[in-house]
Amino acid sequence: MSTNTSRLFEFDISYIAATMLLLYVIFLLLSVLQGYPVAGIVSSLQRVTFLVAVYGLAVLALNLHWGYAGLFNIGVAGFMAVGVYTSVMLTAPMGASPPGLGLPLPVGILGGMLAAALVGLVAGLPALRLRSDYLAIMTVAVSEIIRFTYKSNTFSQFTGGAGGFGSIPPGPIRRLFLQDASSIISEPTAIGAFVFDFMQFPMLDGFSLGRPVTLNIFSTLLIVAVLALVYAFLVRAVNSPYGRVLKSIREDEIAAKSLGKNTNRFKLKTFMLGCALMGLAGIMWYGAVGQSSVYPNTFKPELTFYIFIALIIGGAGSNTGSVLGGALFAGLLFEAPPRVATILSDVLGVTQTPDTIIAALGPVASGQFVPLLGFFLDNMSQLRFIFVGVLLIYLVQRRPDGLLGHRSEVAAATDLSARPSRSNGGDRDE
Amino acid sequence: MSDEPGPATTNAPDDVEMPEELEPETHDSAVEEAAKRMPRSIPLRVDGLRKEFGGITAVDGTSFEVEAGSLTGLIGPNGAGKSTTFNCITGIHTPTAGQVQFDGENITGLAPHEIANRGLVRTFQIARELEEMTVLENMMLAPKHQRGESITRSVTPGLRRDVVKQEGQLRERVWETLEFFELDHLAEAEAGTLSGGQRKLLEMARALMTDPEVVLLDEPLAGVNPTLEEKLLERIHELREDGYTFLFVEHDMDIIMEHCERIIVMHQGTVLADGTADDIRGNEEVIEAYLGEDI
Repeated sequence: MSTNTSRLFEFDISYIAATMLLLYVIFLLLSVLQGYPVAGIVSSLQRVTFLVAVYGLAVLALNLHWGYAGLFNIGVAGFMAVGVYTSVMLTAPMGASPPGLGLPLPVGILGGMLAAALVGLVAGLPALRLRSDYLAIMTVAVSEIIRFTYKSNTFSQFTGGAGGFGSIPPGPIRRLFLQDASSIISEPTAIGAFVFDFMQFPMLDGFSLGRPVTLNIFSTLLIVAVLALVYAFLVRAVNSPYGRVLKSIREDEIAAKSLGKNTNRFKLKTFMLGCALMGLAGIMWYGAVGQSSVYPNTFKPELTFYIFIALIIGGAGSNTGSVLGGALFAGLLFEAPPRVATILSDVLGVTQTPDTIIAALGPVASGQFVPLLGFFLDNMSQLRFIFVGVLLIYLVQRRPDGLLGHRSEVAAATDLSARPSRSNGGDRDE
Repeated sequence: MSDEPGPATTNAPDDVEMPEELEPETHDSAVEEAAKRMPRSIPLRVDGLRKEFGGITAVDGTSFEVEAGSLTGLIGPNGAGKSTTFNCITGIHTPTAGQVQFDGENITGLAPHEIANRGLVRTFQIARELEEMTVLENMMLAPKHQRGESITRSVTPGLRRDVVKQEGQLRERVWETLEFFELDHLAEAEAGTLSGGQRKLLEMARALMTDPEVVLLDEPLAGVNPTLEEKLLERIHELREDGYTFLFVEHDMDIIMEHCERIIVMHQGTVLADGTADDIRGNEEVIEAYLGEDI
């Protein structure tokens, strides 16, 4: 690696570390203000880490599609659904309801990714030949078809229908730590016993983390490791001639074609790879930590838009930007506002929470603002998307490239600026 | 530039030596007469090309040949079908009828990338530089069949070493080519920040990175200031002496008359005249087509 690239890499790592530190400080403060016990604080930090990691995975996959190759895929949620549903259907026990095939977890994960890639192939074959707006229409339609298929009564015998797939097998950390993975109070394995004992923190009096928190922490660490792997994979993949072709397709496909690049093949390959990674993100998000069910309505188009917003915040075209955008969106825009609202309504002693805006506005006329405030605080989880909208308008006007999209990350496997020494001068050696 | 493998036929125009790989088509008496020189091979041959858009016939039975190592000009008034002909040759349009032959093989209707990979590369009238990529990236994109265009090879630890090695070799050629076109001081700039003329230079430099045999230049001088124009023309002549073949669309008559050894005049989708500058100057039909324009 050249000095230039490694300097960029060091900068990126410290940027991500600083962002995470900021998020941890914020959530530590929020938890303390809410009077959480120590285990609650740890659990709250674990949840933020989890969200940051799964958003990071999904945003990285979208960045490959949209940021690099310019493929306007607005069906992210659908490909995530295919990944997680396929993986749980492959791994759930045979006797369960809905039944699965009882295959090992790695088979389930690979199967889920493969299925997402295949759905990508089917959707992409006709759509990738068309202009990008048709790809957008096609993908959002496909994602809704997928959601309604999983929701449909006709297949509910296999998918659980609208009630969700309820027999997700225990994740890898449970299997590693517990002799009977399906029961949290079962005998721990040797590794499990060691870890559980360690998390009791015998040296710190009165401080201990129970099994559920411990299991969640380690499952989250596993997802963070997957994120690191995917990040490293993508950084290598795009810092190469392959990445250059993707960028050229985004910039001007006809130019790429007239330089001899088979753009249709590159687009199809990239689309399938990105879909597989979206499938992986789905599996990590809804199939790996603690969840016992997955519901079709989780995968509404909104989810796709959250991931797009995160990518716009971070900067399309930058892998580090993708992780940062995912972290900031998940932490500050998604997770924090409802908790700030809870704290505020406690501090301000808001007790009235009117059901409608009319009931909230009425008392304003007589000089009472508390009901209005109560209404807003009570509806914070909906209102946060107004903040998101405002932020998006600001970003598009003032910083359309997001945090890191403006910087030019040269797609090459080596440092191109290193000028060969023998040709200084500019005259041609005859 | 000089150490780069030149196209198959590396004769400069005044070189009297016969290329060994002469193809039978070369013994076409019309070509010999037109060239008034020793016969050379014909890498590009267009035969009865026809392109209709709905009811409009843009190109109507165009036939011409381009000799190896020549600088051939293609001119004609607006709407004569020059650009459509270019698009049909390079696969952007599929011709309604007729044939395009390259190196003796029928390439009609092949996809643009297949045609480019055979060594027939074009530039565009409105430069298609890749704006948000640096000049270096633009140049590095062009070479054909790069190992690292496969994801597997780019990602797998052992295989990536080969990719990095090839990148190093290409980088060297890229810098040499940039120096030749005097673009090296802009190497790390994003292509979108270049001036119109610099973009045209970049596009030509990039086309050369594909190791073409024949380069089709679609109005390379449009929107280029006189200083850069001179520079571009100089480069084209030097490259032609290195053995590259150029087909050059332009509507500035003076430039074509001065620089091209052979000129094809198109009018209303057909070839009106085909010959040297002197032939064209004396051709009544051409003068009429340009309606008294001084040529």
